[in-house]
Order: sequence, then C-alpha cells, then structure tokens
Amino acid sequence: MSPRTTLRTIIAAMLALLIALPASAELRLRITPGANPPPMPIAIADFVGDPAGAQIAQVIAADLERSGLFRIIDKGAFIEKIVDPNRAPRFGDWRQINADALVVGSANMTADGRLQVAFRLWDVAAGTQAAGLSYFTQPQHWRRVAHIIADQIFKTITGEEGFFDTRVVYVAESGPGNARVKRLAIMDQDGANNRFLTDGRSLVLTPRFSPTLQEIVYMSYQGGAPRVYIMNVDSARQELLGNFPGMTFAPRFSPDGNRVVMSLERDGNSDIYVMDVRSRSIARLTDHPAIDTSPSFSPEGDKIVFNSDRGGSQQIYVMGSGGGEPNRISFGTGRYTTPVWSPRGDYIAFTKQDGGSFSIGVMRPDGSGERVLATSYLDEGPTWAPNGRYLMFFRQAPNARGQAGAVRLFMVDITGQNLRPVPTAGDASDPAWSPLIPQ
Amino acid sequence: MRLKMLGALGVILLAAACSNTDRPDTSATGRAAPGSIQEFQQVVGDRVFFDLDSSQLRPDGRDTLTKQAAWLKQYTNYAITVEGHADERGTREYNLALGARRAQTVASFLAAQGVPATRMKTISYGKERPEVVGSDEGAWSRNRRGVTTLQ
Repeated sequence: MSPRTTLRTIIAAMLALLIALPASAELRLRITPGANPPPMPIAIADFVGDPAGAQIAQVIAADLERSGLFRIIDKGAFIEKIVDPNRAPRFGDWRQINADALVVGSANMTADGRLQVAFRLWDVAAGTQAAGLSYFTQPQHWRRVAHIIADQIFKTITGEEGFFDTRVVYVAESGPGNARVKRLAIMDQDGANNRFLTDGRSLVLTPRFSPTLQEIVYMSYQGGAPRVYIMNVDSARQELLGNFPGMTFAPRFSPDGNRVVMSLERDGNSDIYVMDVRSRSIARLTDHPAIDTSPSFSPEGDKIVFNSDRGGSQQIYVMGSGGGEPNRISFGTGRYTTPVWSPRGDYIAFTKQDGGSFSIGVMRPDGSGERVLATSYLDEGPTWAPNGRYLMFFRQAPNARGQAGAVRLFMVDITGQNLRPVPTAGDASDPAWSPLIPQ
Repeated sequence: MRLKMLGALGVILLAAACSNTDRPDTSATGRAAPGSIQEFQQVVGDRVFFDLDSSQLRPDGRDTLTKQAAWLKQYTNYAITVEGHADERGTREYNLALGARRAQTVASFLAAQGVPATRMKTISYGKERPEVVGSDEGAWSRNRRGVTTLQ
C-alpha cells in the first residue's frame, strides 16, 4: 500500500465532547527554544477492544517520551482500569498518581474490515476533555494512526505541531571502511517500517525529501559518474537530474518542491546552481573560484544559505535566491559547514568543526545567538523535523582500535537537551526528515 | 590491505594479459614489466598527497607527477582517471568539492607537462573511499590524495 493511498484511507472525525472545554485550556506545556520545562506526567491507558489497542498505546507513549516533554507514568501505578473510554474517568484516581494528562481510547474492527481507533485526552486537574478524535483506516496502518494521535496530543498540549507522523530517508551503510556499501533507505521517524530504495551496487549520498513527500533528491555514482538524481520513493523510479560534464552534488529542494538547488563542479571548481525540476532549465547563482556548496533555501524561498571557503576557511553565507553578493553570517571559532534553514525560519542548523571535534549547532539567520547542541568525534549533517524544534544528524566515534567506528543516527531538540539515538538496523548516515504526512 | 589489493589487481591483469599483448604485466621474476600498470603504481608512483584542507601540490607531489607525466607520454595506450580524495575530518559535501579540486590540480599539472587533456578524466570520492581506515593523522595524511588510475 503506497503512502499516497494511505493518505486517503485515514479518515478523522471529532468525538463528541463529554465535558465542555473551559474557555482557556489549562493543559498547556509552555515550550521555548531556550530550555525545556519539566516533562509533563501523562498516563496512557491501553486502548480497549482489539488487541492492537495495547500496541497503539505503546507507540503513542514511545512517541511522547521521545519528545523529551513528557514523562510516561508506569501502567503498574494506575488505580482506575479504563473499561469504557467514552465515559469520564475518575479524575481523583489519576490525580492521586500525579498524572496531569490522561489518554484513553479504543480500537475496533468494523464490519467492513476497517480499523476504527478513537482517543480522548483528559485534563486531569481541570477534569475536562482536551481533545477527542476518531479515525478509520486499513488495519495494517495502525502505527500511522498511533503517530497521528501522538501528534494531536503534542499539539494540544504544547501548541506546536508534532513530528511523529513523519518518515526519514537515510543512507544505510555496511562493509569495511575503505569499501563501504551505501544504500538509500526510508523508515518511519521511530525506525519502524524500514525499506531499502537502492540495492547498494552504486554509492549513494545525501538524500533529501521534497515537500511533496513522494520524491527525494540525492547523489549517486551510478555509471561511474557522481551526479544528482531524483527518485519517486513509492515506485523507486529514478531519473538523472540534468546531464553535465562535471560532478553534481549537494542537492536540496526549494520549499515549493519545484526547484532543486545544488553544486555543480566544472574543472575542479564548485559553484551553486538552481534547476527547475519540470523544465530542467538551470541558472547559476554563484561564480567564484572558491568551493561553494551545501545550499539550503529559506522557508519563504527568498534566500539561500550555503557553505563557502571564499574567505579562506569554510564559513556560512546567505544570498538572495537569485544569487548576488552573499553575506557571511558565521563568525565564531572553527569551520562552519552544511547550513540548513529551519522550516520555521527562525534558525539555521550547521555542522561546526573546531579543534578535534565536530558539533551540531544552530544560529539565527543573521548569525546571532549561536548555540552548540551536540559534539563528538564526528557529528554531521543536521536535518530539521518539520516543526523546527528537533534535529536529526549522524554521529561516528572511533572504535577501540582507533578506527572509524559505528555510524548512527541521533536526534536532539533545539534546546540541546534530549539527545538520543534513533534506532536503525545497522550503520546509518545522511538522515533527511520528511514533512508531516498530509492526512 | 594495500598489498592484498595490489595482489588482486595482479591476478586480474594476468588474466587480461593473455588476450592483450599491448598491456605488459608483472614478469615471472615478480618485477613490474616496463609499461605495465604495476610499473606505474610501484615504480613511478600513482598517487600524491595533500596537506589538510589544501589542494596545493607539495614538492614531493610535483616530483611524482613529473615522473607520471614522462611515463604517460611514453605509454600512450592508457586512458587516465584522476581520483581526488579527502580525509574524514570534513563534511561530506565539502569533501566532495575538495576531492574534485585535488583531482583537477593533478590533471592540470599532468596536462601542463604534456599529457593530453583528452586522455584524462577526473572524479572525486570525497571522504567515501579512504585508503587507510583509521582516526589519526597517519591515516588522514594517506587519505588526502590524488590517485592517477589507468584503464
């Protein structure tokens, strides 16, 4: 079942409120880019009905826990056993175990073979329902419904969009360090539903999602020439994006998905170009003997941030989306690379090399407010969650013999808290986060 | 590892030599035959090394490339691909660009020495194909390289 079909098969409906919402919702976690509040204690009861209900509750709990903003209360502490999720719970029982929020729900097979999943989010302190929705889907999409419910809970409580109903495209690595086999792979944000998109015969690097979700753009050494390709992830059909005499690399979609900005190398020199995906017409944006690479559009599409060593060392520059004289924005110690504009527009993430270590950091688009979020022997290649609050990147540490060790995906939030590994079956690099999947 | 790789290469070339007398091979005594790829790799030297984040040729590199050019002008039956590589202490995309710059530096030097540009291609592998797997300067300095490969 393709994700496109999935989109059409998940139907949401509001559940009738059992108790009217108060004028101002009290169940609110105030989050800022600066620091996280203490995690909100939340109880998530197994959904009643179909056996899938317990698994759905588990996926919701894992999602919310991963955000770093919630503390999941152990089910063993529950006093009330939820039997009918359509009746108000005994709020006193939940206050007694210090739950601020309670999630209950049901999962049932309908006569026509669909799965109906419904949930209610309760504000325990106020004794009111904060959210309630019902979904119909094919039974095999139960995980996706769980992620959608987790996003709904996240949004209700934080006021910001969630990131759980998303996917990640990345490079799965295997084999010895001097002959790595690299395959494109795609998985859900939590590591489930992993699927390979290429067979490993050609070296592939730096996949990036289109805002339209069905397409990725990446670099492949297919046919012995390193060039940028575009692929439909549902059909795995790929197409060369322009045929140039030199290497094309470092591709990234424009926010509307209609253009790809990338580096084109000619006679050893790399400059930045933008290509219209449909017409394949190309325009040159930089013309400089320095290395210009790793371009990324601002969310409005009016600016491009990129990496250049035109000043003598690798730094981050911003220019208009039509080119023109760029302004340097990175002025700290060390070398700055791989700038990526947040989908929210407020920050630019980057990789920074200073001394013997690599860091992932963020700065404002004018270069102010620089903050390092993670540091190790090698932390590289940040990618933003669609809500602009979480970042994924890859980390490689030397092994015990001093050789390049395992390379894995990690995530961290914009405060620098909540650093944690992202599960993959094997070595993984070059993650790219999808937008929220439309429902 | 490197010896092993050369050994494997030798076997392939030995097989190829049966059908192609234009491509001399390692002789029975184990010495690279004149004009063979082994001679180019082992006697002339097929690679030059670069300093950190640099694509400037060092004096030892210029010497090697001068010898390469003389050899390549003598044995004109090979197509040439110059590979540019970087160490692991840089980001992937920047290192692809740096590898391209290094490959071009090598190809330009060879062209200036009279090797026809039409015989040469360049390709960058960035940090994707280290020669030595390791996380110290000893490994990095071997990996910041331009390699002249013959086909």
